[in-house]
Amino acid sequence: MESLMAYVVGILFAAAIYMMLRRSIVKLVIGLMILSNAANLLIFVVSGMTRGAPPLLPAGAEAPASAIADPLPQALILTAIVIAFGVLAFAVVLIRRAYEVVGTDDLDQMKDTDT
Amino acid sequence: MNLELALPILIPLLSGALSLALWRSVRYQRILAVLATALLLAASVWLVRSTMEEGFLVMEMGSWPAPFSIVFVSDILSAIMIVLTGIIGLAIAVYSLASTPSGHEKFGYYPLMHLLLAGVAGSFLTGDIFNLFVWFEVMLLASFALLTLGGERAQMEGAIKYVTLNLFSSAIFLSAVGLLYGTVGTLNMADIAQKVATLEDPGMVTVISMMFMVSFGIKAAAFPLFFWLPASYHTPQVAVSALFAGLLTKVGVYALYRVFTLIFTQDVEYTHTILLWAAALTMLTGVLGAAAQFEFRRILSFHIVSQIGYMILGLALFTPLAIIGGVFYIMHHIIVKTNLFLVSGITYRLLGSYELKDLGGLYKDRPMLALLFLIPALSLAGIPPLSGFFAKFVVIRAGLEAEAYVVTGIALLVGLLTLYSMIKIWAEVFWKKAPEHVESLGALRSEVKRGHKWAYYVPVVGLAACTLYIGLNGQPIYELAEMAADQLMTPELYIEAVLGGAQQ
Repeated sequence: MESLMAYVVGILFAAAIYMMLRRSIVKLVIGLMILSNAANLLIFVVSGMTRGAPPLLPAGAEAPASAIADPLPQALILTAIVIAFGVLAFAVVLIRRAYEVVGTDDLDQMKDTDT
Repeated sequence: MNLELALPILIPLLSGALSLALWRSVRYQRILAVLATALLLAASVWLVRSTMEEGFLVMEMGSWPAPFSIVFVSDILSAIMIVLTGIIGLAIAVYSLASTPSGHEKFGYYPLMHLLLAGVAGSFLTGDIFNLFVWFEVMLLASFALLTLGGERAQMEGAIKYVTLNLFSSAIFLSAVGLLYGTVGTLNMADIAQKVATLEDPGMVTVISMMFMVSFGIKAAAFPLFFWLPASYHTPQVAVSALFAGLLTKVGVYALYRVFTLIFTQDVEYTHTILLWAAALTMLTGVLGAAAQFEFRRILSFHIVSQIGYMILGLALFTPLAIIGGVFYIMHHIIVKTNLFLVSGITYRLLGSYELKDLGGLYKDRPMLALLFLIPALSLAGIPPLSGFFAKFVVIRAGLEAEAYVVTGIALLVGLLTLYSMIKIWAEVFWKKAPEHVESLGALRSEVKRGHKWAYYVPVVGLAACTLYIGLNGQPIYELAEMAADQLMTPELYIEAVLGGAQQ
């Protein structure tokens, strides 16, 4: 399972980079979305996947009887998802506004501020 | 419970919320902005004083013991950075009274400024690597909105590059945090440092350290991923430019200093050599880029890049003297660079342009302004007795002692080229005769707010005074940098301070 997920993460990163390198700003934002999901999935995979052992203790127990899943990565991912949601919402508004102002979605036309 | 440790984050957060509540009344938002940043400065001075007394201040969130809770830690370096945040915050708040167009003020300029300061202060104080990511995002989101406030074409184009590269850097940072957690199973920086030292196979850690280097390198605008900065920093209105120029890239530099002195010291030979060459190339590309520019703020933007190189050079040489130099350089640079941007804002108000070809003749009409430009400009180039001289002197001396002659040579050459750029601005903006098509001083005066002239000059004079103070009275500042460097070079102290409390 871990090795399969590792490939999935790799493919997601590759797809994200590919999309970000396209000329259209819409594809750029899609790339950013995939990128943030790839990072989240990576956290999930590298911190160890445990099947069928939720981090719950029976009433009265002080410590778990056997190995349980680590709840912390899930908390991290949840935080990261919320942040990514906010940031990407901004990015979507930004490309819409940029499209209005510049009149094209082609990144190659947006070179006014470069040297 | 150390109140002074929480205040630098709480003050901007609360005042951000408060100025949102005061959305309809720009007047109160403005008063609040100045009051809150002045309070922030006072709190930061309190913080640096008690940090100097105790060495480290540690606060555990929710009173959970250290490796389990999110900790806020202040060592001398953090405290110095917080003081600089306070100084710049206050200067920008006052300057904004005069320079910010009222349209921007009505659409949340002040709340965003407070949030940005909260993000910056949080990044400097947190002792938890994931929390650092969260503060980075707070800071980034506020900076995105500030950068695009106004919605002009150049701003949109600059923002797309800025947003993309910063989000990319955040994704790398997040992945690296995940990998690090998978390797050592903790997020507390002191705890990570302890566990990394005992790891049998440091290869994986070196890989992770490279990811941190790339991520923070993007945020600090180090070579080769600096190009988002000169493409975007000259697009927003000038107070925002100055705020970004002073603080944002330095957060990246601070993060590099933190992780590459505390956590990733397992393979200094390898990691810090890469940093060394990145620093040299950052200095060189930045200054050469600036030499080719003829727009006031764009020249200054490229100089941010080149100056970042000096700071990273201090870290990369990794000797006590070099770290002292690096910390000193950060202190000097933040003040000087913000001041230069503020001066460019005044010339824009007077002549209505940032293009050097449209500027001129200011020495004749505003000799005091010329002097105010000259102080930070010469300081940036490293002319004694201004602050930049001592900063460069310490870094270069450290380079010679470490026998890194090539890099030191580059640093000296870059100093010379910086002087060239500054003289170019001086000659074009102040000395040259005003071009024919420039009608009169104050052509733009009707567009910007009347009055408030003092608000343009007070921050500039104040920051210039700081530069002079650091230059003429360098000893206490040097000693402060020395204390910071001592702590950075003995990470055991940091680990002891954070985790020691848990064992009691």
